[in-house]
Parts: sequence; C-alpha cells; structure tokens
Amino acid sequence: MIGVTNLHFSHGNTAVLKNITLQVAAYEFVALTGPNGAGKTTCLQALAGILPGGKPDARRVAYVEQGASVSWGMMRVRDVVQLGRLPHGDDAAASVARAMRLCGVTTWENRPIAQLSGGESRRVMLARAFAGDPAVLLLDEPVADLDPAAAHNIMQVLAGFAAGGGTVVAVLHALDLACTYANRMVVMQAGKIVADGTPVQTLPMIASVFNMRLAVDSTQRLLPIATTPNPKDGLHGY
Amino acid sequence: MKRLGVLLAVAMVVSLATGPAGFGMPDTWIFVQLRLPRTLLAAIIGAGLGISGAAMQGVLRNGLADPGLLGISGCAALGSVIVYYWGISAYFAPALPLGGMAGAMLGAFALMHLAGRRPSVASLILGGLMLSSLAAALLSLALTLAPNPFALAEISLWLMGGLEDRSLLHVALAVPPILAGIAVLWRLAPGIDALALGEATAASLGFPAAKSLVLCGVGVALAVGPGCAVAGGIGFVGLMVPHLLRPFFGARPGALLAPSCLLGAGLVVCADVAARGLPLLVPTAAEPRLGVITALLGAPVLIAIARRGNL
Repeated sequence: MIGVTNLHFSHGNTAVLKNITLQVAAYEFVALTGPNGAGKTTCLQALAGILPGGKPDARRVAYVEQGASVSWGMMRVRDVVQLGRLPHGDDAAASVARAMRLCGVTTWENRPIAQLSGGESRRVMLARAFAGDPAVLLLDEPVADLDPAAAHNIMQVLAGFAAGGGTVVAVLHALDLACTYANRMVVMQAGKIVADGTPVQTLPMIASVFNMRLAVDSTQRLLPIATTPNPKDGLHGY
Repeated sequence: MKRLGVLLAVAMVVSLATGPAGFGMPDTWIFVQLRLPRTLLAAIIGAGLGISGAAMQGVLRNGLADPGLLGISGCAALGSVIVYYWGISAYFAPALPLGGMAGAMLGAFALMHLAGRRPSVASLILGGLMLSSLAAALLSLALTLAPNPFALAEISLWLMGGLEDRSLLHVALAVPPILAGIAVLWRLAPGIDALALGEATAASLGFPAAKSLVLCGVGVALAVGPGCAVAGGIGFVGLMVPHLLRPFFGARPGALLAPSCLLGAGLVVCADVAARGLPLLVPTAAEPRLGVITALLGAPVLIAIARRGNL
C-alpha cells in the first residue's frame, strides 16, 4: 500500500504535478504511462518520498531510478545487489541470494558490473531493489532498453511479485507489455492523472493522449502497432 | 585488513628505531621527544589523508578526488600560514590546527560548490585547479605581507611537508581533531555505498546526497586540516591509497574507508622513514622533504590510473 493525496509539485515556476491523488494497494501492478514530460518520474519520486519535504520509507519501499547504473564499474554483481540491504543495516545473505535468483543474475554474481550488457545490468539493479525485501517496488522505465525476451522476463518477475501480495508501480512506455502484465493503468498528461483503471478501460484515453490509434485482439491484448484496425480481423480499435 | 595492521605496526617500529645516528634504539629522551612524536604524527596524519581520499572519491563518485590534488590541503596550508606567521598561534597554540581546519573546511565546500553535485572529471579537475591556484596566490600574498623576513625561506620549506623536530605538543594539537574527523568519515560508509547507485536511489535508501556531502566536507576538514597545519603539504596519499586497495578489498566505496585509514598511516610512516633513511645511504646536506617523497610515489600512480583510463 502506497499513495499520495492532493499532491502539487513545482520546479521553480513550472507546475509539474497538479493535484495528484493516487493510492495503490497490495496485489496491484500499476503501469504509469503518458507522454514525455507528463510528470511520471516526478510522480514516482513523490511516491518514493524523495521529493523535497518527503520522507522515504526505505525499509518497505524500493525505488529504481531511470537508467539506473553504478558509479564504480569494478563492483561485483553480488556487492551491488547487497546495497539493497543498506536501509536494514545488515547483509542478510538469504535475501540477497533470493533476489539474485529471482532476477536471474546468480550466474554472474562475481563479475564486475561494467562487464555486463545493458539488459543484464538492468536485471542486477532490479535484484538490488528486491534484496531489501520490499513491500512496494517503484520502477522508472524498468524495461526501456531491453530486448523483447528480457523485457518479458522482467515483467513476469514484477507480475509475480504483485500476485504474491506486493505492490508495483512502474513507469512504462511499452504499452503492449503494460497491457499484458499490469492490472491497472494510470495515464498522466501535463501533470494530471487523466485516466485510471484496467488497461482496457484506459485505452481510449491512452489513444487520445498519444494521439494514435490502438488495437486489441479478442483476448484484450494490445497489438504493438498503431494502425487503423480492420473489423474483419476481429480486432477492436480505439 | 589484518595484514595492513601488521604493516603499519612494523613501519611504526622501524620508524621509532630510525634516526640520523642510524638504526637502533636511542636513549629515552630522544625516543620520547623526537621519535615518538614523529612516528605518531606520521601515522595519524596518514590515516586522516587516506580515509579522506577514500571518502571524497566515494562522495564525488570519482577516482581522482583527493584533498591534495583538489586544493583542500592548499587551503588548509593557507589557513595555518595565516595563524602561524602572523603570530596568532604563539599566544594561543590550538589556533594552528584550527586555522588549518578552517582553511580546509572553506576549501572543501568551495570545491563541492565549484564542481557541482555529480562532477565530471573535467569539472572536478577545473574546480580543484582553480581552488589550488587561488590558495597558492593567497599564500604568496600572505607571505609578502608577513612581518618576518625569514618567513619566506622557512615557509617554502614547510610547504613541502615534513615532520622533523615536531614535539608532543604538536601531537596533542593534531591528534584529537584528526581522530574526530576519522570518526565522522567512518560514519559515511553506508552513505557513500548508497551514492554509488545515484543520488535519487541513495535518497530512496534513506541516505540523501546532501547529508553525505556535508559529513564528508566536515570530516575531511577535521582529518586533513590539522595535519597540514602541523606537517605542511603531504600530497597524493589520499589519491593513491584507495586505488592501491581496490584490487584487494573490492570497489564498494564504504568498504575502502577503514583499510584506507591503515594504509594511509603505513604509507606516510614509511615515507617518513625513507626521508630519514636516505641521508644514511647517500650523504645529503639535509633530509629530503616528506611531501616530496609522497609526491614521487604518487605521481607514477596517478599516471598509471590515467593510462588505464580508470578515472
């Protein structure tokens, strides 16, 4: 369970968040989407409690920033994952090992992080978040630069975490992945939440804010194409 | 870690047994008045420099950070020159380390302001260069304004760093603040570990960058300033030590603080032994300056770091 109520936030004179209210419960996997500059990252940081005036709940909430990386490339994978234990002040080996297994990084545990590919190090950063045994995961574009298989892999891990009673809020631009794995979509535009519901409920608004056409098939999977749907294909267009 | 402790202990014993008369145990007076203060000062100053280098590299997330290279020691020297050569410390002895600390503190915060929160190599070097040239210029100005004409020769020698003829008074002046600085920097370990993941993530882990920066600035000023005031400029120790340790202790910045303390102490004690031992092997008019020896050791390390592209 995590949330913000009636939140306003400005950078100087520019209002970034306007009256945001968002509550996310256990078992929910929220995909936060919207055009660039809509305020998604700021909204996620507000949930994480790291905006000025906020207070992070570090033991319960794990946050992974966009394009997360490690300053010291020589650090070994295991040591990076272990940083997730910092709020607890211990190095619970069982939690670290479980997080590495969950994200499939155990085989590289002794390799320097700089030797991994972009997708591999993304998984290490996710394992770092899991290592703190969080109840809530806040992720800023966790699959942005991953190949399709790796992206599905990570989304499955996140969906599994939510199905087990966790809470996930992820900024996602990959609408097809969001529709497939998330059970709630929150759409932002110009600092406001303009739609909030199941993926299918929010698709008309998503189509509108991105100014594009979307299509879902009979199983309500979003097709990763933006073309005019043909009714003869059994596709439903928005 | 244990080996570093042994190294330091051996270095200190050798240091206590080395003097202008050769190798061996001196009489009690020489031991207490000359060798003991010298050895203790070398160890504590080296410990302060070592941990400061490790802490600064961790907070600035840059392997080039070092109190000497980036002008903080220069500012500390300026602070001590102001109190020493203008006679303030003659009336009030603790003014000497206080001057060094004040200079180092100003320098540390000026550097962080100049270089920005997450400095690139270029902005860090430029900020440090500006700071050390400014400190050097102000130092020359202070010298020209100094009332004592003999000050010029004396201060240029002192600026090269050295520990000869230091007394137990110097130990008493320098040790408490340096220990306090080490204690402050010691607490920085989880903060710099978290910062390795970036500022936003560090904040989400409960370790905001601003807090680590302030802790580091205060700690470095306490750990470097008094040493600079008592022993002059001893460069490159903070730069070298973490790089020498990373292959053995891993790159996690928090894990390097304690070993950097020990190796820094060991390194300065060894350099000081070398400074005293050289005249025994090669007849020289005076012993080589300690700062010159650490620079001779440190410059090749810096070149090696640069060649590996490991900045």
